[in-house]
Amino acid sequence: MSARTPVRDAILDSETAALAGTTRSPIVDPGGVTFVYHGSADAVNLRCWIHGLPASQPFERVGDADLWVLRVELPESSRIEYKFEVVRDGREEWILDPLNPLQAVDPFGANSVAQGQGYQRPEWTLADPAARPGTLDGIALRSAALDDDRHVTVYVPARFRRSRRYPLLVVHDGLDYLRYASLQGVLDNLIHRLEIPPMIVALTQSPDRLTEYAGHDGHARFVAEELPAQLEHAFPLHPSPAARGIMGASFGGVASLHAAWRHPGAFGRLVLQSGSFAFSDIGHHRRTVTFDPVARFVNEFRRRPGRPAERMYLSCGIYESLIYENRSLVPLLRHHGIEVRYEEVRDGHNWENWRDRLQSALTWLFPGPLWMVYE
Amino acid sequence: MVSSARRFGQYPPMHDVLILGPQFRAPNLREALGRAGIDGPVAAVTAGWQEREGELDALQQHLGQPVRDLRLYERAEAVFAQDGELHAAYRTRQNELRRMQDFYRLRLCHAKAAVRELQQAQDGSAVARQALRSALGALRRLDAGHLRELRAVHARFERAWSAEKHTLLAQQRLDIERVIASAGAVCIAGGHVAVLLNRLRLFGLGRALRTRPLVAWSAGAMAVAERVVLFHDHPPQGAGNAELFEAGLGLVPRAVFLPHAASRLALGDPGRVGLLARRLAPDIGYTLDDGDELRWHRGRLAAARGSCRLARSGTTVPAGDVA
Repeated sequence: MSARTPVRDAILDSETAALAGTTRSPIVDPGGVTFVYHGSADAVNLRCWIHGLPASQPFERVGDADLWVLRVELPESSRIEYKFEVVRDGREEWILDPLNPLQAVDPFGANSVAQGQGYQRPEWTLADPAARPGTLDGIALRSAALDDDRHVTVYVPARFRRSRRYPLLVVHDGLDYLRYASLQGVLDNLIHRLEIPPMIVALTQSPDRLTEYAGHDGHARFVAEELPAQLEHAFPLHPSPAARGIMGASFGGVASLHAAWRHPGAFGRLVLQSGSFAFSDIGHHRRTVTFDPVARFVNEFRRRPGRPAERMYLSCGIYESLIYENRSLVPLLRHHGIEVRYEEVRDGHNWENWRDRLQSALTWLFPGPLWMVYE
Repeated sequence: MVSSARRFGQYPPMHDVLILGPQFRAPNLREALGRAGIDGPVAAVTAGWQEREGELDALQQHLGQPVRDLRLYERAEAVFAQDGELHAAYRTRQNELRRMQDFYRLRLCHAKAAVRELQQAQDGSAVARQALRSALGALRRLDAGHLRELRAVHARFERAWSAEKHTLLAQQRLDIERVIASAGAVCIAGGHVAVLLNRLRLFGLGRALRTRPLVAWSAGAMAVAERVVLFHDHPPQGAGNAELFEAGLGLVPRAVFLPHAASRLALGDPGRVGLLARRLAPDIGYTLDDGDELRWHRGRLAAARGSCRLARSGTTVPAGDVA
């Protein structure tokens, strides 16, 4: 630690004054971000989910003031989600960063968002007034495989024509993709920009995803057979596997891979985002009991992967604990003749990460007539 | 470059041709027709819109008059449905063209990479300059050879399946020519450039379109030039190599049209602009964005509004300026 000198004290005083006066947190610099909290507390901790770092990192109190700061290394273009844990009188409260207007919402609520230097939300995720909007339709169907009635939301592209045939994309947690990953706007934009062809997108939402997405044969039959059959009655769909895709994130990624593996030929295109591909080479996996059926499936898949699709897009955030499982899958898939595009990004296990990858995934799996159409 | 049509002197002299930027956001067709003194009934080719062919509400509203669509897409579907042999031959040709394009792309990728690397290796020496000139020459020869081969494929197909020799095609063509003859102008809209060009070619319209004033925009403009070049400098996937895609109808000489250039081309990158201009030379690449208008009169560029031409120096200059 440097010795205190009048000059150093003056510098520290000016830095403290600057931090005390800031109205925005975190303060971003080229190598990281500094979180700032104003308020009385016994302790303040940063709670975030970055694999490799502690889940809780303590702030430092500056002098005697109610000013708390924490600098965290954050490489360029990173994006992390976090909350503050404020401890007062022995009680802990998790709050959003009061000085940060950036928030991300997910099925569990909202988190504050820190964007490292260089991160920019992709412009194709923002509403484009020139893009003709598609519509959301709905179909109800009886699933014999699940012994249940299901409602599926269907995205129908703008300028839909019965006289042409469309690719079909089935999306697990489809309503979450709409709410938290701007999927409808992204589809509108990418179709408008001719980067993907107009397509029918079936948005499924399971009432019990941790069971049905975890290598469940009935659910696989539902998404691979029953749902497409019903959609073929309602929409003109292209029958080729190259025009059939299935997609999901987290457990939805597991469900997508499982459905394609159990029903080879049903889907030629897969999007697997931060798949929860727990497995064990020997012994038991390290995760909770919820992952038991997942690990049984993934272990089996790793033994005999076959060729569940011609092309797969995989992505994972390097701040996710699942990075190891996702990385491990890539060479296996390639070894079995599957064309794989794999992307790692400085982000976590969250919907905005999955949103930001949609262009890369969809334009690779379903290239649009970008080069041929000049309207 | 001399178009095959002019070389053989088999076609009537060309009427005025108006080339416009995209029409769906900021249409300027009516004003352009007025400025050129073109009036009368309008016939339209909207085959590039495929299944949406003939949806003319916006166009009619803009012009303030009814428009007759030549319905080339629909006619082609009807001909294919009735003449299985022709349809099979057409598909065979399309497959051949696709394979040719794939192989051309492979070669293009390497040829462009060589040019790019040599551009970066320039150190002011004569040796480096000569190497770059040679690589550029190879790229231009690749484009020229591909164009020759494409023309040969079309010539073979047209010899076997010309509208003159096949009743169904001949009937459709006569009907189309009647509509064209009664029109004050023929408009060729944009859309899917291959679909559009294939339909124009299937009905042998290169000749008939010379007989009336012609207005073409976006993909329509690309189709009436001598060469169709596809381009995109920043696609979400792939290398972004502009590629020679087809021989056009050759109704507008010495020009290659680049619709949506502002969004598709890196116009601020002198390296890319200069390279494309050199590949196209002696033809000139014209940008076509909203509101742009070019007028060809007796085979020469007579007026220009808004459009720019790509210069070999890597800049863009107003199309109306003297080169």
